[in-house]
Amino acid sequence: MKYIEEFQDPELARRLLDDIHATVTRPWALMEVCGGQTHTIIRHGIDQLLPDQVELIHGPGCPVCVTPLEVIDKALEIASRPDVIFCSFGDMLRVPGSGRDLFQVRSEGGDVRVVYSPLDALRIARQNPAREVVFFGIGFETTAPPNAMTVHQAKKLGIPNFSLLVSHVRVPPAIEAIMTSPSCRVQAFLAAGHVCSVMGMAEYPELAARHRVPIVVTGFEPLDILEGVRRAVRQLERGEHTVDNAYARAVRPEGNPAALAMLEDVFEVTDRAWRGIGVIPDSGWRLSARYRDYDAEHRFSVTDIATQEPAECRSGEVLQGLIKPHECEAFGTTCTPRTPLGATMVSSEGACAAYYLYRRLDLAPAARTAPLEASPVV
Amino acid sequence: MCLAVPGRVLDIGEKDGTRMATVDFGGVVKEVCLEYLPDLQVGEYAIVHVGFALQRLDEESARQTLELFAQLGMLQEEFGDPWERAATEAGVADWPFADDIAEQPQHAGDARDAGDAVQEAQQQ
Ligand code: SF4
Repeated sequence: MKYIEEFQDPELARRLLDDIHATVTRPWALMEVCGGQTHTIIRHGIDQLLPDQVELIHGPGCPVCVTPLEVIDKALEIASRPDVIFCSFGDMLRVPGSGRDLFQVRSEGGDVRVVYSPLDALRIARQNPAREVVFFGIGFETTAPPNAMTVHQAKKLGIPNFSLLVSHVRVPPAIEAIMTSPSCRVQAFLAAGHVCSVMGMAEYPELAARHRVPIVVTGFEPLDILEGVRRAVRQLERGEHTVDNAYARAVRPEGNPAALAMLEDVFEVTDRAWRGIGVIPDSGWRLSARYRDYDAEHRFSVTDIATQEPAECRSGEVLQGLIKPHECEAFGTTCTPRTPLGATMVSSEGACAAYYLYRRLDLAPAARTAPLEASPVV
Repeated sequence: MCLAVPGRVLDIGEKDGTRMATVDFGGVVKEVCLEYLPDLQVGEYAIVHVGFALQRLDEESARQTLELFAQLGMLQEEFGDPWERAATEAGVADWPFADDIAEQPQHAGDARDAGDAVQEAQQQ
């Protein structure tokens, strides 16, 4: 346990780890849903500190990674139009579409701007009434309420030149899809804490009961992850499968009612394609009929764009926890953060990027066949 | 963008009929929408995601998280210049874009302020 001194409270970390080591008697596979959690795990070598029997499988919770290629292509198409100011979060700049990315569109003269908040995009729309301003609305339940509020504001303030390119996704249907897959190995979930800050925990008891799977709402800091794992392992060892909140400082069971009401007003549930995975029923949001005028796909007639994803990228399997990033042939060879084949390599929250950043020693192809647990943390 | 960062409310006002606040994230100050936490008060902490306060947080947890994020360079990642980062990742030399040069002083100033503030926060 060489790296434990790097924890914020090494003493507490040691106690949590000791408890996990003392509790576990059999192999268990836990999935952390959120990409932020994956990064904490790899960055702090948490997977190395856990008993060999506890395996962490990385889940699909990176919004940048799961945005389908065809949505990126729609964004690129819209962003290339001379009458458009295209606004996006910085994470999307280098996500590859078919052949290029937003960064390239910008260097070819497209007016692509990075904003910190969707409200910044709305401000740009007011300042540029003669141009069309489009905001790239991707993300999970944490990002959807801010984007919903922005569309609501656009309507309330009568700003006609603003629209949203929407590709929002929801976590519970993804959990459902993972659990019903025949190759599923997941026995417990560490649910994404900030998603639950908004949504609360109401959607989980039914999932936990039906699939007999413990769901522990977990935060993002190293100690949060250890505590989430500890509670999940305890449930597994006892044969329990309940919903537990290990992130009570930021998650209330009812979530954020104001945000939930806004989501209900602006969006409606729809089927959504996830990059590398395919369509998951009811797993996304689109603008509800009241706000359809603000839908960029219709405004710019890009609804028909459909794209084939590159065959060599195995991000779909990575996102479902079926393989680890370094098991992909392209990992570190034809696919690097500089020349990413898939979004899981380009996103700062993507599992492939995490492995590339923090496990550089694994890049030698020979070392890649070694079991994951044996590899050093860099 | 996944990152939700705790911040402390400095002051509260209204803009276009919306409750807004200025919020301090370990030295970086940003405008934040309070519509989803309407009873948040000056001096309180909240988890903020893409410019929206989403849930209240106690001071102790907020400080610990900010300290950790600063140590790990995550505040720089969140508030630094995304174009610069994208250019580095892409390995391109033609940054800044030629037509940005007019905007440059403003732009560089912003980036420097955010960078300095993050560094200060890291030193504290
Ligand atoms: S390493 Fe690259 S090609 Fe392989 S799954 Fe990850 S993103 Fe796709």
